[in-house]
Amino acid sequence: MPGLRILVPVKRVIDYAVKPRVNRAQTAVETANVKHSMNPFDELSIEEAVRLREKKSTPVEEIVAFSAGPPKAQDILRTAMAMGADRGIHVVVEEKDALEPLGVAKLLRKVVDEQKSNLVILGKQSIDDDAGQTGQMLAGLLNWPQATQASKVSIEGDSVTIIREVDGGVETLKTKLPMVITTDLRLNEPRYASLPNIMKAKKKKLDKKTLGDYGLDSEVRLKTVKVTEPPTRKAGVKVEDVDGMIGKLKELGAL
Amino acid sequence: MFAAARTSGLRSARAQLRQPQSQAAWARLASTLAVLEAKEGRLNVASLAAITAGTKLGGPITAFVAGSGGKSVAEEAGKAKGIEKVVYVDNAAYDKGLAENWAPLLVENIKQGGYTHVLAGHSAFGKNLMPRVAALLDVQQISDITEIESEDTFVRPIYAGNAIMTVQSSDSTKIITVRGTAFPAPETEGGSATVEEGTDPKAECPTEWVSEDLAKSDRPDLGSASKVVSGGRGLKSKEEFDKLMPPLADALGAAIGASRAAVDSGFADNSLQVGQTGKNVAPQLYLCAGISGAIQHLAGMKDSKVIAAINKDPDAPIFQVADVGLVGDLFDKVPELTEKLKQ
Repeated sequence: MPGLRILVPVKRVIDYAVKPRVNRAQTAVETANVKHSMNPFDELSIEEAVRLREKKSTPVEEIVAFSAGPPKAQDILRTAMAMGADRGIHVVVEEKDALEPLGVAKLLRKVVDEQKSNLVILGKQSIDDDAGQTGQMLAGLLNWPQATQASKVSIEGDSVTIIREVDGGVETLKTKLPMVITTDLRLNEPRYASLPNIMKAKKKKLDKKTLGDYGLDSEVRLKTVKVTEPPTRKAGVKVEDVDGMIGKLKELGAL
Repeated sequence: MFAAARTSGLRSARAQLRQPQSQAAWARLASTLAVLEAKEGRLNVASLAAITAGTKLGGPITAFVAGSGGKSVAEEAGKAKGIEKVVYVDNAAYDKGLAENWAPLLVENIKQGGYTHVLAGHSAFGKNLMPRVAALLDVQQISDITEIESEDTFVRPIYAGNAIMTVQSSDSTKIITVRGTAFPAPETEGGSATVEEGTDPKAECPTEWVSEDLAKSDRPDLGSASKVVSGGRGLKSKEEFDKLMPPLADALGAAIGASRAAVDSGFADNSLQVGQTGKNVAPQLYLCAGISGAIQHLAGMKDSKVIAAINKDPDAPIFQVADVGLVGDLFDKVPELTEKLKQ
């Protein structure tokens, strides 16, 4: 039984605590001079991969972090390596050529082949486009089993038991490697990268590639017609007491 | 004529798309497949939102169900208003909604029907399955749409609802998940769709469904409730959450929700989480206590008709979206509110 060769795709996104602003031309969200971080769900993916290595129930041969994004996405890959990934692959894609989930999935399929990965752990969604598609698309393209929104992962040999978050509760699935897993927030608590580990991560291998290296281009199927601010809610009223609240709710027809 | 057009639907639609001048002709050929959910032979009414969305596209709508008792579920679904036909596959292999065999099943039936649009709810089932289907059809899916502008142009929230994006798809088949709260389910009586058996490719499924643990509740379903009461970190403990929130919910006939902070702290079950990564709700009344109003939480509830908030911090961001705000200690105010609502 070969060990786990884990691929962890990570994405650089606007930090979750920043309130995004739509640009003046209504073509996109303003990203210049805005704090960026690793997509929170991807931190969970890296953490889970590292925990699988620490658990030792199935040997982990390698954890490879991957990102397709602008030059600055390499910061995110360094973070992933500081958390415990062994090396990184960066497919440099300029912001204007940003890939859609289908494009990322096609790219990942090639990377999986190249790296001989047998487990891909992705976040369940990126908090910028909120599409929630890449993992499922990749599993479909590879014809591998998938377990989305995982909150618990146990691997024994090539047998995998997953608890996943579904509407109304959880369900347990059993399947086999190779497979694709996407992470739910409940999966784990990501560690902070320590300073020594951040220093060590600088020495880890980070391969720079292009889409052309994988025989792909940035084909786009969805054209952004416009991006607008959501309608703002009208300012409400503050009431003095519970009676005031009930009165106002009745007035608004909510009771 | 229509049937003939449909048999080669995918190919012809694709060919026509390359010629912009024939767009109008193509639009007339729009035909929608609405993927419905069923469990233990019972139709999930919330999944009918896909039909409502389909009616906005014009063109005939076919509904699709699969699982054991597929035919009777199809007959039940056929009473929903707005659909022409229900295609069913009767096979217990589809009971648990596993994507590994559902995706080939849908792909076969989509190809056979030549649909231009395939819609499903943006539920746990739809989120898990539809991207896999889209990849197999080489389509870039459009997730969680809230509006349909035309047969190829759709509106969806991005960045936790902090921006609204309008996208135009160039794919010949549109694979779409719809936000249930944006497309209210149609009437479930009065329709008279025909029922027809679909193709069953009987794909192997490497994944085995083992068990489930669903939170049992007599309360209305969170996603579709007309009233929701929701608690956050301010409730301080599971004991307080369980002491204060259920009586308030009962007094209003409301579903119970929670913020991520409350879920993470173990006050409430994960399935009750409202927000970007939990449930989206848009009830008539969203009444929350002890929730500050982080952007990830607002993403899941700011389309509520009326928002009421109780929080001791007058500067909490929740007050910027609340129609009615009460600054005060929830441990006093919530029991008082519960008592007064009961009267």
